[in-house]
Order: sequence, then C-alpha cells, then structure tokens
Amino acid sequence: MRLMSGLLSLCLSSVVIAQDWTSESLAQAAEARIRGFGDSSATLVMTLHNGAGEQASRQLRVKNLEYTDGEKSLMVFDTPRDVRGSALLSYTHPQGEDEQWLYLPAIKRVKQIGARNKSGPFMASEFAFEDIITPFWQKFSYGELSQDTFNDMPCYVLNRHPNDRHSGYKRQRVWIDQEHLLIRQVEYYDRRDQLLKVYQATDFTLHQGQYWRPALMTMRNVQTGKHTTLAWSEHQFGQGLNDRDFSQNALLRAR
Amino acid sequence: MSHLAIAPWLARLLCACALPNLSWAADMEAQHELGFEHTAFGQAGAQGQSRQHLSVSVKSEFWAELNDNNSLTVTPFARWDEQDSRRSHADLREAFWLHLGDGFELRTGIRQVFWGVTEGRHLVDIINQTDLIERLDGEAKLGQPMVNLAFEHEAQQVDLFVLPGFRKRTFAGEEGRLRLPLIVDNDAAYEASNGERHVDLAARWQYNGDALRLGLSGFHGTNREAELRLTLDPNQLRYSGGQAIGLAAGYQPQLSAYYRQITQWGLDAQLTQGDLLWKLEAIQQSGGAERHHAADAGFEYTQVGWLDSNADAGWLVEYLYDSRGERATSAFEHDWLLGWRLSLNDAASSTLLASVIIDSQHDEQLLSVEGQRRLSDSLLLELELRAFLSPKPVPSAWEFISQPDLEHKLRPLVDDDYLRLSLRYFL
Repeated sequence: MRLMSGLLSLCLSSVVIAQDWTSESLAQAAEARIRGFGDSSATLVMTLHNGAGEQASRQLRVKNLEYTDGEKSLMVFDTPRDVRGSALLSYTHPQGEDEQWLYLPAIKRVKQIGARNKSGPFMASEFAFEDIITPFWQKFSYGELSQDTFNDMPCYVLNRHPNDRHSGYKRQRVWIDQEHLLIRQVEYYDRRDQLLKVYQATDFTLHQGQYWRPALMTMRNVQTGKHTTLAWSEHQFGQGLNDRDFSQNALLRAR
Repeated sequence: MSHLAIAPWLARLLCACALPNLSWAADMEAQHELGFEHTAFGQAGAQGQSRQHLSVSVKSEFWAELNDNNSLTVTPFARWDEQDSRRSHADLREAFWLHLGDGFELRTGIRQVFWGVTEGRHLVDIINQTDLIERLDGEAKLGQPMVNLAFEHEAQQVDLFVLPGFRKRTFAGEEGRLRLPLIVDNDAAYEASNGERHVDLAARWQYNGDALRLGLSGFHGTNREAELRLTLDPNQLRYSGGQAIGLAAGYQPQLSAYYRQITQWGLDAQLTQGDLLWKLEAIQQSGGAERHHAADAGFEYTQVGWLDSNADAGWLVEYLYDSRGERATSAFEHDWLLGWRLSLNDAASSTLLASVIIDSQHDEQLLSVEGQRRLSDSLLLELELRAFLSPKPVPSAWEFISQPDLEHKLRPLVDDDYLRLSLRYFL
C-alpha cells in the first residue's frame, strides 16, 4: 500500500508539471516550491544605489518560521551601527492584517507598528515592506497567463492584482520559470498603472536538496533610476527554531 | 543574606564558564558609542550659569554567550560635563545574566525595563529610576538591580520582579541648567525604615492580540519620583515687622528628596487599526494618606507616502491628566500634546518630531523639536530644541519658597530655552 501511494504521488507530480496552468494554480505551485521549510535563517547585505554612483549598505540577519496561519520573520540589524540590535518582527498571514513589532534597543522599547505602512520603503531601499514579506498567493487576484523567456529560460508570465487596497501597486507581472517554478522576475506597476519597478532574482542555489533560494535579488526603480540589491548568504534550514525564537521576549534578547 | 542568595547563581555561572567546549572569542561581542554634545541656551542662567555647555559621553556594551541558554550583558556608561559637576556621572546601565529555562526566562542583575505606549508621559514605566540629569524627557534611565522571572505563552506574557536596591533620581548641580532655583541635596530621606535597601516588588501581565496590546501592572515599593522638601534655617532669613522678607546674603537653602512608599496600578493599551494607533496609559497611585490617578490618552495617525513622496508624516494628539490638578508633581496635569512626526525614509534615516504641550488652563507651553540624521555608517547627528513658554519670569530662590506658583510649573525654566546638537560615533 505504502509503495503504491508513493508511486501515485510521483505520477501526480509529473502530471502537475504537464497540466494546463491557470495564473492562480501556478502561483500556488510556485509558493509550494519555496514553502514547507519549517524554519530558516540567513544573512543579508542590502546595498542601496542612488543612481548617481553613491551607495550605502546595511547588514542584517533574518530568521523565518512557518505557522499554519502564516509565517513569522525576525530581522536583526547589524549595520548601520546606530541601529545595531534593532529588530523587526513580522507576522504575515495569507488572509487578514499582518502584524509588525519593532524593538528599539536604546530605550528597550517594543512598538507595535501599523502594518499598513506596507507600501513604504523598507530601510530607504527600493523594496517596499510588501515586497519583502511573504507574498502568499491568497493576497492577490489573478489575471491572464502568458509565456516568455527570462535569461533564455522558458517562463510563464502571470498577472496578479493585490487585494489589499493599501498596496502601492495596481498590478504585478510575475515571470516563473517552467523547469523549477521559481519566481525569476516581477514587474511592479504603480497605482496609475505605470511600470514602477523591476525585480530580478538570480544565482539560485539548491539547499539541502529541496529548497531553492536566490543568492541575489535586485529591485530597480525605472522611474527614478535607483536600485537596491539584496545579497543572501549563510542560508540554514531546519535548525529547530520555534515559537520562542519569534516571541515578544525574543525581541528583547534579539542580537 | 544577600551573599547567600547570590551564591547559587554564581556557582551556576562558574560551572557554565568552566564547560570545556566554550569558545569565548567566538561568543563575545563588544561595541562602543562615543557622544559629543553641545548645548546652547538662549540666555545665561537665572542663577548665573553659563550659556554654553559641552559634554562627552561613552557607553560600551559587552555581551558574552556562555552557552545556548545563558548569556551575560554588561553596559557601562559615563559622561563628563564641562559645566555641571553632577552631570559628570557614571552608571552601570546593565550588568545581568540571562538564563533561558524550560518555559521561563530568568534575568538577574542590573537591567533596564520599559513599560508603556504613549509619547507625552511615561506614566506606567516605573521599574527604573529616571536619569533626569541626562535627558529632560525622562528617556534615560539608571540601571536597576533585579531578579526578573518572565513567562510567555502564545498571546500572554507575565513578568515578575524583585527589585533590591533603590536608585536616587539625578538632579542638576549648581552650575547646571534646566533646574529649580534651589539645588536638590545629594542626601535623600525615605519613608521606609531601611531606606534605599528596601526591596520593591512588581509584576506585569501583557496580552498581545491581533490589534490590541494590553498591559496591566502593579508595583509596591519606593516611589521613583521624589517629593522635594525644603529645610529653612530661620536664623538665616531677613525679617521686617516680624515677617520674613528674604534670605540672608549668601544663604542658599537646599531642597531634599523624600521617597515615599507607594502602591501603583498601571494600565497601558494600544489598539492598532491600520495607520491609526490608539494609545492609553493610566495609573492609580497610593502612598501616605493620598491616592491619585493620572492618564495619558490619544492617537497617532501616519500618512504613508506623504504628498506622494517616500516620506511618512505622523500626527499625534494626546491628553495628559493628573487628578491632583495644580498640586500634581508634573507640569502636565491638564495638558494637550500635539505632535508632528516626519520620517523621510531616506538613506540617512532622517526623522523629525515637533511637538507642543499646551496647558489647557494656564498660559504655558512646552515646544520641542527633535531630529536625527545618519552622517555615515558609524556617525549619527541629533538635534534637540526645547522652548519653555510661561508668562512670568524665573522666580528668585525666595519667591520660589515664599510664593510657590503651582499654576506655572514651567516658570523656573523660562530662561532655559536650548538647542542641543549631538554627534554619536559608533565603534
């Protein structure tokens, strides 16, 4: 019996790849590809390029934990040094309002912040809060699906519209490669439906034989010429992180 | 007794340190912060103090992870002030051992704990004494010795505190600004017979809902706020027709701090509705024959992407209330706080907070502007401007004693409008 069901699931997965996608089912499948990791951690260097040759960088450490009703993420800043030890805890949900808490070490204060600042820039970067938090497929409604290539890879291109009226975007176009179902590029259109930003993810690496993660993310603002890169390293999965590492008390001891 | 109590923890620490596989170098961090501060006052002090004050400070933080469940944090702080010898002071802000137990956290030693949500006053926050000489807004705190047992389960948190050892509030010295016409004596008096060795107790419960954060707290022990008492030598007064009319030449009476035993119940709550935050802090305090209550309630509304820019603008409104009215020890007994916060969200993380606290019954206002901007990865520039508006001039020492002006509590500060620029260097 057990062998049978194993065979069955193998057959099913190959059927899934061959099936006729809709934008929505493709979004679900792409999400399934990067979820199921349980817990993870990584180091992040964010570099802001202002378009005039100047750049500034921030280093932070990120931990994630999956929940049945969403995902918690804890970011701790190492640089710039005036914000060293500051921590941002986010609890994102497929449906409903997300929650965010900021810990300010200088005054030992945890502040719950309004989660509707999602359209605002994250640490002065070209990434908005809503771009860096988990983009659950339920947060969008879906339009037509087409095909294109990205870096010579055959890709599906899906159209999605944020359900949240506080989003900074009218719609997004998402390039998902046909081989691994990974998000390679996203075009963000502002509320006036003008192309605002282009996101590209490159240098994907397979971790522990099952989790694909890009080592480099770039967000380019086509209206201002500024861009931001996120360089990821030290990915770790399944370290046994638990609720306690993402609690209010965890914020107090974040470092 | 205290040695006995400390011995078991020390023993555990030593055991932890003696573990063979500990690598100190890999599990230690040190960071330092140098502060350079220049304060320019609008005019010379009413008691002849200087207009310009330079000051330098240093704060270090040492952190060592002993193993997965134990760490030590030590944060010494020191300041040198050009003018005020009392503001030249040092304090151990933190020196504690954190132990992660099975279902609890134990934090033992000197720590800093903040409770509260509002911007106008920090009413509920009572664990640490205010380092008033450091900052006028009460956001600098002295390290408090404690044993803090913390529990957290899903949306609920419980913190229990035993607080041995009282810290006296710091007050400006003779050459210092932002003070009363009389100096507060270094010696303090206490209601508790064992004075600063009284052991205080505190507890707090916090509920973290989706939108509601609610805290209930209780404190029993030595009040952090000092009652300032005057001791006058009748032989040092000048008399006319049997009436005292002034102080003898060269006589400077001092105020002394008296710390009462109090019981304080606190409530703090924040309701988060999108861009709108509703905030409330309320306390009931009883001590001596008196019981009073005080509250600070209001909201903060943030406009994200203000005027189609990357900036956020925040609007703050709070009402500050104290049931003692004019007899309140705070100048904000029936006052409105109106504030405007600007975050540019630029690479320099520039922010500005402008506010005014308006006395709703008497003609007094406190204007504040606070700003900061990052100059480089390790350099931060801060600006602080305050202006004290009150209709009458600074009282002389004798006026302050003989005709207390409870309606105008900002009066002693009207000559002390200042602009402070600080550079903080991180290494």
